[in-house]
Amino acid sequence: MMLRYALRRIAGVVPTLFIIITLSFFVIRIAPGGPFDEEQALPPEIKANLEAAYGLDRPLIEQYGRYLAGLVRGDFGPSFKFKDFSVTELIAQGLPVSLMLGLSAVLLALLVGIPLGTLAALRQNSPTDYGIMSVAVLGIALPGFVTGPLFALIFGLHLRWFPVAGYEDGNLRFLVLPVITLALPVIAYIARLTRGSLLEVLRMHFVRTARAKGLPERQVILRHALRPALLPVVSYLGPATAFVITGSLVVETVFGLPGSGRYLVQGAINRDYTLVMGMIVVYGSLTLTLNLIADLLYGWLDPRVRYD
Amino acid sequence: MTEAAPAARGFWADAWRRLRRNKAAMVAATLILLITLLAFIGPSLSPHAFDAIDWDHMAVPPGAPNDHWLGTDRLGRDLYVRTLAGVQISLQIGLLATLVSLFIGVLWGATAGYLGGRIDNLMMRVVDILYSLPYIFIVIILSTLFERGNIYVLFLAIGAVGWLTMARIVRGQTLSIKRKEFIEAALASGVGTPGILLRHIVPNVVGPVIIYATLTIPQMILFESFLSFLGLGVQEPQASLGSLINEGAQEMESAVWMLLVPAGFLVTLLMCFNFLGDGLRDALDPRDR
Repeated sequence: MMLRYALRRIAGVVPTLFIIITLSFFVIRIAPGGPFDEEQALPPEIKANLEAAYGLDRPLIEQYGRYLAGLVRGDFGPSFKFKDFSVTELIAQGLPVSLMLGLSAVLLALLVGIPLGTLAALRQNSPTDYGIMSVAVLGIALPGFVTGPLFALIFGLHLRWFPVAGYEDGNLRFLVLPVITLALPVIAYIARLTRGSLLEVLRMHFVRTARAKGLPERQVILRHALRPALLPVVSYLGPATAFVITGSLVVETVFGLPGSGRYLVQGAINRDYTLVMGMIVVYGSLTLTLNLIADLLYGWLDPRVRYD
Repeated sequence: MTEAAPAARGFWADAWRRLRRNKAAMVAATLILLITLLAFIGPSLSPHAFDAIDWDHMAVPPGAPNDHWLGTDRLGRDLYVRTLAGVQISLQIGLLATLVSLFIGVLWGATAGYLGGRIDNLMMRVVDILYSLPYIFIVIILSTLFERGNIYVLFLAIGAVGWLTMARIVRGQTLSIKRKEFIEAALASGVGTPGILLRHIVPNVVGPVIIYATLTIPQMILFESFLSFLGLGVQEPQASLGSLINEGAQEMESAVWMLLVPAGFLVTLLMCFNFLGDGLRDALDPRDR
């Protein structure tokens, strides 16, 4: 049952991705202006030659066919602005940094958010609870492009604990502030989710039973209550990865990290069609896959889920 | 909540009383009102224009003995006026995009929920697909579609894809009320589908729609700032909270007020809208408490 459900979900990703690719391809091409417009006006013959070299003079539908054929071979085409680089090379260069940033942020968020939420729930309506929840409200409301510069200002410029910006391969100190900036809203959200659902679970009969049979409170919480209480957190992991991917665009800009997120923005500004498309394909499939994994994980953890 | 329909006046009076008792929401609402007034009246109180360069006062901090109340930026432009201009743009865009997403979302959700069956499936499948891509991707793709700087057209478009959650909420509500007797009565007296949707379904989903709309405004404000921060939104010399924060972040070593002034306004606005939205939810949907 589970297996059939999993297979159907996996099969569903491909058409979704195909629709996303097709829509974005045509929408981006409808946009006025092209990649060769913004430099000092090129002589028309040169521009025509350039467009011919990149196949931009062909009918749109043919370009679309060629693009798809390239994609199947893992070829995202040449970048229009970063001459001498293919989109595949550009993304392959930046993606490891972005993935490291994103994964660390999600991990940090789980490691900090769940204990904080649990603590708040166990001390409901105490100053600890109010304190944690007020900070959580702030954490959710503050966007990364505000917290990022503020962290850089406080911990980078004034306290000099961490570098303000930049990146060196293998030096984790450069990742500390970006990861915290990216994780903060996720920490806040996970803490709130954990608190809410743990409070609900603690009112249930099986928790009362566990207490009644004389289990120490520690075991009641860790063994019995926390496990079902964490289900909403698992189902939030899908949206969380989407959030982290979005946030990494900003965080990479703020801290000058050489990740791939900045290519989406630069590509959009430069009308670098292939670069934007490449980013959409890579980040789109990443989001879809991670969402899928989160869903399957949820189904595996929660025996009440029915697959129909 | 759907039970509220028969006792409409009592319900709204009740909700209003509950909202007024919520201190955080009332403070937030007052602050939003004050900031809105300040944003639209404030700039005319200052002798400076938002794009005027004051060659004698470049990068002066707030409180210096001159008439730049919140200091100036690197080019000697008045930060008080620029920030308020940014707040103006944020508020207008937040409202505009929310209205567009409201309009589409309510109609889409109500139609899908009411018609049901294959049409419902198809309509919600569209929503699912758009949902599966991070929203910001759609926004960035759309931002390439328009001449940079024409921020209003851009946000009309963003509102036009921001309706997904609204459509889901309204569809759920519609499903729960479409079997009620008053719909049957309307059907029996010969009201057509559009009439039932507009006269009977839509008015009955107003509660959740208001709540969600209040929570959409800060999201849209955030999107605008986000895009402008990345350089895809409002363009120089026009100012937006996002572009001001970006400039401020680059100058924070020597001119920290350039970051703190716009960031302070943005954070206050976002917090206020969130508190107001939470307050409205508690007031209109007491089940959750």
